Amino acid sequence: MATNSNELHTRTLAELAGGLAAGDFSSRELTEALLARIESHGSSLNAFITVTEEAALAQADDADKQRAAGEVGPLNGLPIVHKDLFCTKGVLTTCGSRMLENFVSPYDSTVVERISSAGAVLLGKTNMDEFAMGSSNETSYFGPVKNPWDTKLSPGGSSGGSAASVAARIVPAATGTDTGGSIRQPAALTGITGIKPTYGRVSRYGMVAFASSLDQAGVLTRSAEDAALLLGVMAGLDPRDSTSVDEPVPDYVGGLSKPVKGLKIGVVKQHFNEGLDEQCGNAVKDALKALEGEGARLIKIDMPNIDLSVPTYYVVAPAECSSNLSRFDGVRFGHRADEPEDLLDLYCRTRGEGFGEEVKRRIMTGTYVLSAGYYDAYYLKAQKVRQLISRDFMNAFEAVDVIAGPTAPTVAFAIGAKTDDPVTMYLNDIYTISANLAGLPGLSIPCGRADGLPVGLQLVGPHFSEETILACAHQYQQITDWHQACPEDFR
Amino acid sequence: MNGQWEVVIGLEIHAQLATNSKIFSSASTAYGSEPNTQACLVDLGYPGVLPVLNEEVVQMAAKFGLAVKATVAPRSVFARKNYFYPDLPKGYQISQYDLPIVEHGELFIRDDAGNEKRIGITRAHLEEDAGKSVHTGYGKASGIDLNRAGTPLLEIVSEPDMRSAKEAVAYMRKIHSIVRYLEISDGNMQEGSFRCDANVSMRPRGQEKLGTRTELKNLNSFRFVEKAINFEIERQIDVIEDGGEVVQETRLYDSDKDETRSMRSKEEANDYRYFPDPDLLPVVIEDEYIQAVRKTLPELPAAKQQRFVDEYALKGADAEILTVNRAVADYFESVAKAASAKAQVAANWVIGDLSSQLNKEGLDIVDSKIDSFALAGLIDRIADNTISGKIAKEVFEAMWAGEGSADEIIESHGLKQITDSGEIESIVDAVIEVNPSQAEEYRGGKDKLLGFFVGLVMKETGGKANPGQVNQILKEKLK
Repeated sequence: MATNSNELHTRTLAELAGGLAAGDFSSRELTEALLARIESHGSSLNAFITVTEEAALAQADDADKQRAAGEVGPLNGLPIVHKDLFCTKGVLTTCGSRMLENFVSPYDSTVVERISSAGAVLLGKTNMDEFAMGSSNETSYFGPVKNPWDTKLSPGGSSGGSAASVAARIVPAATGTDTGGSIRQPAALTGITGIKPTYGRVSRYGMVAFASSLDQAGVLTRSAEDAALLLGVMAGLDPRDSTSVDEPVPDYVGGLSKPVKGLKIGVVKQHFNEGLDEQCGNAVKDALKALEGEGARLIKIDMPNIDLSVPTYYVVAPAECSSNLSRFDGVRFGHRADEPEDLLDLYCRTRGEGFGEEVKRRIMTGTYVLSAGYYDAYYLKAQKVRQLISRDFMNAFEAVDVIAGPTAPTVAFAIGAKTDDPVTMYLNDIYTISANLAGLPGLSIPCGRADGLPVGLQLVGPHFSEETILACAHQYQQITDWHQACPEDFR
Repeated sequence: MNGQWEVVIGLEIHAQLATNSKIFSSASTAYGSEPNTQACLVDLGYPGVLPVLNEEVVQMAAKFGLAVKATVAPRSVFARKNYFYPDLPKGYQISQYDLPIVEHGELFIRDDAGNEKRIGITRAHLEEDAGKSVHTGYGKASGIDLNRAGTPLLEIVSEPDMRSAKEAVAYMRKIHSIVRYLEISDGNMQEGSFRCDANVSMRPRGQEKLGTRTELKNLNSFRFVEKAINFEIERQIDVIEDGGEVVQETRLYDSDKDETRSMRSKEEANDYRYFPDPDLLPVVIEDEYIQAVRKTLPELPAAKQQRFVDEYALKGADAEILTVNRAVADYFESVAKAASAKAQVAANWVIGDLSSQLNKEGLDIVDSKIDSFALAGLIDRIADNTISGKIAKEVFEAMWAGEGSADEIIESHGLKQITDSGEIESIVDAVIEVNPSQAEEYRGGKDKLLGFFVGLVMKETGGKANPGQVNQILKEKLK
């Protein structure tokens, strides 16, 4: 491949890795090219909260030196950006909130540490819904992120900055987190690949918590291959996270070549209901047919409790969030109200000023459902329904290998279109939330267009079946080119 | 107490577990460091950090459970207790709520009448301690020291089985003794490693239904537990007899004023919004684990007390005193085994002279200036008549002063008992010779004068003459 730094941004991680290995360009050249790309194309999307230019160049030089010395980590010299809720030592980690507007983390999250030890070069931290609470990136204190396919549209959320920057060919890969669809939904709405692994697959240590039993880190890339490469570095047991699981990490990249022939794909009756946009549904059905054409078997399945996912989620997630966000009290870090009268005033004003509307709404909801007299009716009941939803999946996976369907009910929507109605906004995650409730791995890949905008196909597998869903996605990307489509203004 | 009223008391004891590191982080638990030098990011509740359970605390809790004949739960769950306070960094305390690690235990105390009485232990659960707020020295502001935040605690909750302040103290002492035997807590009350809250209510004697209780906080010594409860009993009786009602509330004990005063009422109490902590897995304990822990249990106070009675023929009361503290029991047993005298003699020395000397200097028995073998050496010299019991006290003091072993001191002070009857006879002869009139009176029937002669002989010999022999020889010579 000819080396022209003007086109380095068009390449995937795997292609860049090949170029670096072949000596076609240095990590320094690559880093400079992408920093220039951030400069020229980043601000129109508001995708970044922090750009770590100086540190990035220093890391690139280190990577080049390591390569010269023959010490090459799996991500040596490759660019990465992190969603701004991964604590990054010495770097601003805001969570898209005024509360942490000036918070410089004193430590690295496990995800940051592992990616960095693998030799990657951190270019910056991406914009996000405040504390990952949102599906449109509009709740960010730093303003909404724009969808590169049409800057009047939302890129989805909460990992909107990560999704937009990958979709716009600013960076080839970004980390994200997914509590109810926050990787998969923005991936779908921006036409890229996003995977949320099994709960416990990637350490949550250093990820600012939203809802601890649902949060999981993952990646947003332009191909399943890149996702496999990056996930392999991030995954694995971490003694600092008790919920991380001691399960060997397979060679995800090596597993991609597995054909879909014979794969039993479950198609859930409830996924194709009236809430699904017709064109989106057609695109998903076409994708299923394409997989069938490769030898996969489509099997209709029924998941009777799946429709309870959204209400269940909006009890469990706010409950956990109300407790997780209690630590933001103005005492030790983050925003602190000026001249507090007394302790109560310190708390009330610090939190009143530091948190945005959606975060407050969820703290209030969560506090309510955990309160004496309401706990059984809400929190406990939701936990029981969560078990039922999990059981639906377990039953389904008796019959099928993966479940496929739409990632989101519609394509990208206009910024401001749903901000007045939280429930409509919440329904955007109707197909993604159940995987979080059951702790299952899920991914989204682009599979067509509706109204000229990308549509996502979601694949969900049993616990620790990342290899299977990545291989299925990769095989699909071998026979289609939806994942190669680039928004016009960002070619 | 007023005979018409009966007090009902339950205790919640917080025992700090003697781990090197905190319950959910690797920061040190050492006491007395500079503020905030022993608080890592986890203890500070930084964004993104996660708790990881220190497995040592599980073992300690299991030991305690087995020691009080409780059920060690095969599955227990950590929960979050949510409330805002500046020395509670996360805005919640990680504790155990509906599924504690230990349930349904018991122990036995002596009630006020001296009878054995069972006290039920409802539960014991693991939790983290909070930090410390300092309200003086910072003007309008307060200081926060988070060194203590995350220190492991075992909260031991009793049934409301105690019926007097004395019983409450007896129960608390038993728990204190057990946790120290198990070496799961240093039990240091000054440093707050062992503290308690008391739930106190009154009811007319004979009534089944419990009265309204108050919770007394800040009871950090056995004496304060007793005083606070007794104050509270009087206060509640006064309230009721004046036609009022006891209000359910938390009251703080002020040891300076010896009174309790209201902290917050039930209405002001927090809704803690407990829910299972999603950051921590349930603690699952297998049978094999319990069996392994059981094997590590030391002999416990009650068993040891019984054995001391059986094996060493000690008086029951003495056995009880000796077994309160494992180190004291070990010391006694070491003396008893090394000495050739009866074990009761060793017990008398440990409970008597040694204890009073230790108390006088505020020392623990492990820091005793006379070790168990040295004390046994002293007892041997009494047993073999080298010295008298009276001289032994002098030797003991010299030993305490560091002058050497009993033998060395007996030698250097020339304290060896005179048992040579020839020598004693000559002294007796001399004494009779210079006191002819008293000798005459004695022979005339004034028996009491024997003591006069014994005293003179002892004085002549510096107390070293064997008292038995002196008596015998005097009686013969004065016939």
